[in-house]
Amino acid sequence: MEAISKLRDVCDYAIANIKVVDPENERIFPGCVGVEGGKIAFVEEGLPEFGDKTVYDGGGLHLSPGFVDIHVHLREPGYEHKETIHTGTVAAASGGFTSVACMPNTSPAIDNKSVVDFILRKAKLSGFAKVYPVAAATVGREGERLTEIGRLVSAGAVAVSDDGAPVSTAQMVRRVLEYASRFDIPLIEHCEDPSTSAGGVMNEGFYSTKLGLPSVPAFSEELCLARDLIVLNAVKSKLHVAHVSTRGAVNRIREAKENGLPVTAETAPHYISLEEKDLETYDTNFRVNPPLRSAEDREAIIEGLKDGTLDCIASDHAPHAQEEKQVEFEYAPPGMIGLETTFSVVLTHLVEPRHLALPQALALITYKAAQALGIPGGTLRKGDAADLVLFDPTVTWIVSSDGFYSKSRNSPYIGRKLSGRVLHTILDGTPVVPSEAAL
Amino acid sequence: MTLGRNDLLGLEGMSAEEINLILDTADSFKEISERPVKKVPALRGKTVVNLFFEPSTRTRTSFELAEKRLSADTVNISASTSSVKKGETLRDTAENIQAMKIDLIVMRHSAAGAPHFLAGLLDAAVVNAGDGCHEHPTQGLLDIFTLREKLGDLRGKRIVIVGDVAHSRVARSDVFGLTTLGAEVVLCAPPTMIPRDIERFGVQVETNLKRAIEGADAINVLRIQLERQKVNLFPSSLEYNEVYGITAESLAWATPECLIMHPGPMNRGVEISQEVADSDRAVILDQVTNGVAVRMAVLYLICGVGQKEGLIEEEVQSAPEENREAV
Ligand SMILES: [Zn+2]
Ligand SMILES: [Zn+2]
Repeated sequence: MEAISKLRDVCDYAIANIKVVDPENERIFPGCVGVEGGKIAFVEEGLPEFGDKTVYDGGGLHLSPGFVDIHVHLREPGYEHKETIHTGTVAAASGGFTSVACMPNTSPAIDNKSVVDFILRKAKLSGFAKVYPVAAATVGREGERLTEIGRLVSAGAVAVSDDGAPVSTAQMVRRVLEYASRFDIPLIEHCEDPSTSAGGVMNEGFYSTKLGLPSVPAFSEELCLARDLIVLNAVKSKLHVAHVSTRGAVNRIREAKENGLPVTAETAPHYISLEEKDLETYDTNFRVNPPLRSAEDREAIIEGLKDGTLDCIASDHAPHAQEEKQVEFEYAPPGMIGLETTFSVVLTHLVEPRHLALPQALALITYKAAQALGIPGGTLRKGDAADLVLFDPTVTWIVSSDGFYSKSRNSPYIGRKLSGRVLHTILDGTPVVPSEAAL
Repeated sequence: MTLGRNDLLGLEGMSAEEINLILDTADSFKEISERPVKKVPALRGKTVVNLFFEPSTRTRTSFELAEKRLSADTVNISASTSSVKKGETLRDTAENIQAMKIDLIVMRHSAAGAPHFLAGLLDAAVVNAGDGCHEHPTQGLLDIFTLREKLGDLRGKRIVIVGDVAHSRVARSDVFGLTTLGAEVVLCAPPTMIPRDIERFGVQVETNLKRAIEGADAINVLRIQLERQKVNLFPSSLEYNEVYGITAESLAWATPECLIMHPGPMNRGVEISQEVADSDRAVILDQVTNGVAVRMAVLYLICGVGQKEGLIEEEVQSAPEENREAV
C-alpha cells in the first residue's frame, strides 16, 4: 500500500488485490476497484486488464464503501473546546467515515440558514469528510416555533431534529412531521419522556440501586416513542428514531414497521457493546444519554439489528472536554466519542460473535445508514463518488486515549481490545490521511 | 490481621472477616472513650482532613472526635457543592489538599461515587462519610456494631429497615454489611421508596409494616426526608406516620425485646413516636457512642498503623487497670 500516499497526484487508477465488501449486494469477493474523476469506474472480480491505468496493490486488505454516520455532534459553532468541524471530520476519516450528519444542538443551534451555510463551508475547507447538517426542528430547539424547514433544506439540511431532547409536545411533533413531509425529510427523534427521565443519569434497575445514582427507567424511551408513532400513524411523514437503547422501543418499532409506518431507526455502538454494569467504577466516560441499559436490552438491540427492525448504527459521537468529564459522575455531561471506534465495535460485537456476516454488518454503517436519511453514500455502484475505506479485519488493537484525532478523549473503550482497523480512507477518489491534517 | 484496602468507600464487597476486624478493633477503642483521659497516640503525626460538601454536624463531629482521640491532626473543610458549578472542581480541591501532605480524607458528598472518584485521583486514603444515595459505610458499621453488641451473632437475626430505602445510603450500607454477616434483612417502605431489584441483594421487601416487623429482632427507622412529598414519594407526614410510623401501637407487632435504632436526626412524631424514641428498647444513643469507636477503628486500620502488630495491646496496657478486662 506504499503507493497509496501518492494517489493525490493521480486522477485515474485502480486498486487491486483487495477483498471487496459490497454491503448492498451482500457480497464479499477478491477483486479490484477502478476510480475515474473521483467516481467509481468499475468494481470487478479477479484481476482484469487495466491498460495504461495506475494500479495500486491493496495488499489483500478489505475494501468497503466509505462509512456513513448519520448521528454525530461536531459541536461547532459554540463548543469548539470539545470538537470542531475540522477535528471531527478528521476523526471521521480516521475511523473510516466519509459522510457524517451533524446534529443541531450547537450554539447557536442549527436553526437558520446561515448556520447551515457556515457548517458546509467549514466542512468543505477541511475536506476530510462530507458533512450533512441536521437542522433543528424548532427554533433554538425550544419546542415553541417551527424552524424555516424549507429554507434550511435548500441550504443543505437533510433532516430536522431537536436532538439532545425530544420535540416538546405531541402537537409540535405533529406540526413538524406534517410540515417536513412537504420537503421529504425525516424528523429524527431523541426519544425520552422528560417527566420520567428528569434528573436520571443511568438506567433504572439493579445497578442504579447498587450504585445509588439517580436513574431513568427504560420505559421513558418507549413512552416518547409511542407518542411519536401514534402521531406518525395519523400524519404519514418520515420518522427516524435516534439511538434506540431498549427492548421496549425495539418491539414498538418492529410492530410499527409491520403496520407499514414510515419509520426507520438507528442504535449506537455502545448499546451493542456495553451495559449498565459497566458504570460500576463511576467512570464518567460511560455516562451517555440514553443511558447504557441492561443485558436483556442489549440482546434485544442486537436482535433488532439482525431482523432489520433497526436499520443502521450511528455513533452519536458526543465529544466533551476532559475537564468537563473529570468530575463527579452525576455532574458530568452525557456523551461519548465514537467516530474512531464504531467500525471496530461493529466488527468486535456483531461480526466476531457471528450475529451478522461482514457485508450485513457493514450495511449498518454504509448504505442502510445513508438510506435512512436519504443521503448519498455507502454503495459501490458505477458512478458513485469514490468514497472508499480499506481495512484489516484481523488486526486487534487496544484503544488508547492518545490515539484519537477527535479533540476529546471521552471514550468508554479506552483500555479495551477491539478488532479491525481502518488503514486508508478515500474521499472522492483522494486519500484523506488524518496525520496530514493541520490540526 | 489487617484490612486489605487503602480506602473505605463502602461495605459492598467487604468480607465478613474485614467487617469483624473493624468491629473487634472498635471494641478495643470503645473502652478508650470511657477513660478520664480519652486519648491514645495511635495516629500521632497523621493528618486527617474532614472534607464535607454537605452539612452534617453529627457525622463530622463523630469523625472529628475519633480523630482527636487517636491524636491525629485534623482540619475541617466545609465546601458547598454549588461552588463546584462555578468555582473549583472536586479534583482541584482534592489535589490542593493532597499537596499539603495529608494522610487521609474523610469525605461527605451529595453525589454518589464522589469518594470513588477521589480515591482514584489521590494517594491519600479516602474514607466515605456518605455519598449521595449510595453508601455511608461507617454508619453501617456502627449500626452493625450496636446490633452485635446487643444481639450477639447476627446470623439469622431478623433486622427490619423502615423508610426511604431508595434514597438512603444508610440502608444500602446496612444491607451490604448485614447480609454479609448472615442476618435476615427486611426492607419496609411505601412502594415508591423501594429501589428496583433490591431483592437481588438477598433481602426481603415487605411494604406492609405489620408483616415486616413481626418477629423482628431490631428495627432501624430511617429518617424520612419531608421534601420527598414534593416528588410524590408519599402524600403527607401524617399519612406516613399512620402507615409506616414506629409507634407503641405498631411496635406491639414486634417481639418485646425488639431493638429500635435510628441514624438521626429524628423526626419525632413522623417516622418514630416520642414514646418509642425514648423507650428502653431504643439504642439510638448507643449508636452515637459506638459511632466514635467504630470510626476510630476505621481510621486506625485505614491509616495502616494496624499493620504494626500489637499497637492496640500497647495502648491498652497503658490504660488504667480497671479497664483492662473490657479488652
Ligand atoms: Zn440524542
Ligand atoms: Zn445525539
